[in-house]
Amino acid sequence: MTEQSAPPARPAAVAAADTEPPRPARRYDVPRLALGVIRIGPALMLVGIVAVMWSLSDVFMTTGNFGNVLSQTAVIAVLAIAQLLVLLTRGIDLSVGSTLALAAVVGALVFASVKSGPLVIVAMLATGLAVGAVNGTVYVWGRLPHPFIITLATLSVARGLALWLSGGQPHRGMPPVIQTIGGDHVGDPIAWLPYSSFLVLGLVLLVYVLLTRMVWGRWIYAVGGNPEGARRAAIPVNGVLISVYVFSGLCAGIAAFITAGRLNAGSPTFGELAELDSIAAVVIGGASFMGGRGNIGNAILGALMIGVIRNGMNLLDVDAFLQPIVIGIVIVIAVELDVVRGWLERRLRVLQAARS
Amino acid sequence: MNGVPALAVRAATKRFGAVLALDGVDVEVFAGEVLALLGDNGAGKSTLIKCVSGVHRLDSGSIEMAGQPVLIHSPAAARSLGIETVYQDLALFDNLDLAANFYAGREEAGPAWLPRGIRFLRRGAMVDATAQVLSRLQVGVPDPRAAVGLMSGGQRQAIAVARAAAFASKVVILDEPTAALGLRESQRVLDLIRRLRDQGQAVIVISHAMDHVMEVADRAVVLRRGRKVGEEIPLPDNRQRIVSLIVGGDS
Repeated sequence: MTEQSAPPARPAAVAAADTEPPRPARRYDVPRLALGVIRIGPALMLVGIVAVMWSLSDVFMTTGNFGNVLSQTAVIAVLAIAQLLVLLTRGIDLSVGSTLALAAVVGALVFASVKSGPLVIVAMLATGLAVGAVNGTVYVWGRLPHPFIITLATLSVARGLALWLSGGQPHRGMPPVIQTIGGDHVGDPIAWLPYSSFLVLGLVLLVYVLLTRMVWGRWIYAVGGNPEGARRAAIPVNGVLISVYVFSGLCAGIAAFITAGRLNAGSPTFGELAELDSIAAVVIGGASFMGGRGNIGNAILGALMIGVIRNGMNLLDVDAFLQPIVIGIVIVIAVELDVVRGWLERRLRVLQAARS
Repeated sequence: MNGVPALAVRAATKRFGAVLALDGVDVEVFAGEVLALLGDNGAGKSTLIKCVSGVHRLDSGSIEMAGQPVLIHSPAAARSLGIETVYQDLALFDNLDLAANFYAGREEAGPAWLPRGIRFLRRGAMVDATAQVLSRLQVGVPDPRAAVGLMSGGQRQAIAVARAAAFASKVVILDEPTAALGLRESQRVLDLIRRLRDQGQAVIVISHAMDHVMEVADRAVVLRRGRKVGEEIPLPDNRQRIVSLIVGGDS
């Protein structure tokens, strides 16, 4: 079908060089095809990794293990959702791991004095929200050139506060509702499915609707794609930026009660390096570090990929020290795919100009 | 050219620190007219249009639309007064599709009782309206759902101009609309400018391309070092005179 669309007024030299008319049209479609493959790249990579693990391990492809992967990935997935929104606006949030720990410690301390499940949840979410609000407002109103520094500062402050408040010790005990959400599995006939998966799924659906159906999501993409253009288009850039950091803090609070529920404790050592996992997941999921590109589905695939690699290598009894190396290699592949995508798009643009 | 100007800037002064970017400039543009704003680099052209489009604020002087004084203190204010600007860098969003670019910052969404940010986009309506505008302005662009990042320079320019044309009710400002374009693409954009004029818009064009100015402009205002140094009807006869006004014959 593309063959008929060959432009009638081709420069004579080109037309003479091509004896068959369809050829230029086919060459035009190769980059487009490659682009399509890259867009579903994260899914292909996950399928490949799952296939390898399946062929090497008998236990890997069981519902029980699937439940394990889901439960281990829930925290990374929630933080990846947060990181995705931040990354879409050309930002970064290094503080999510420390915020998780602070929220969990605050929750544990609240539970120690008031035995109320809802109150503990509110305390955790409010802690996350507060850290996120600090990140967003200092970044925007402090006119910082990049959010790296402020979130690095809150990474340090939140971890320090968590250590200080807890006296450096884990505090045992979480209300039943949090233990259920974080650690328990659904009853028969899907006893392998952890409750936390529903939380993740709910959050994914919510953010999917926000990003693709609502004005706010459109603004997030616009701010990341062209911040100056967004300002001139009268998009409330500052408000959008603050909102994604607040949302990110809130997600860290949600991740806190998943972690605290799973381990029935609040500890200042929770979430160490979780910020890097979340960034890795989003980047593996094909989001661009330059902002404006990425989607929720691929970010979740990225989180799952990290979870599957860790789980599979544990099952295969591979040296635990090899895991970060493999994940690092996957990150490089993912980023390289992003570079190739950019190159292909420029190439397409040139071809487009030649056609018109 | 009688009657009330669609847009008039009076005694505009703008200072950036020690630099006097605009020094008592008066400019008027009428509906159905293309005004060329000429001048060498640093003459104050861009500063002037940024003041009109709400990016900068005038230190002193006033802006009038249809005889009424107006305050333009933000891009949103300029937009709501019916002034649309196409910047040199186009301000397009490469990561969004054409319709999303058209409606960036003025998305059609509902329901109205929700705060603006969490309203649901009316994507179909925006795509349809975009397609209509593109066909009305005869912009040769394939599909309103296509990503703008994949389009050629000429298409992108045409989209930026069409976006301004679609929403401007009074004044369209174009900063170097043909700077990055080839011959054929330039002609397309110039056609588009003529069509805007024929629809009764007031059009302000900044350009260094004298040929293009001669082709479309009804009137040319020349700025030099922040001052208005001349106003001419561009004709083949006075082309040399305009050029010498731009470069400053005395310096």
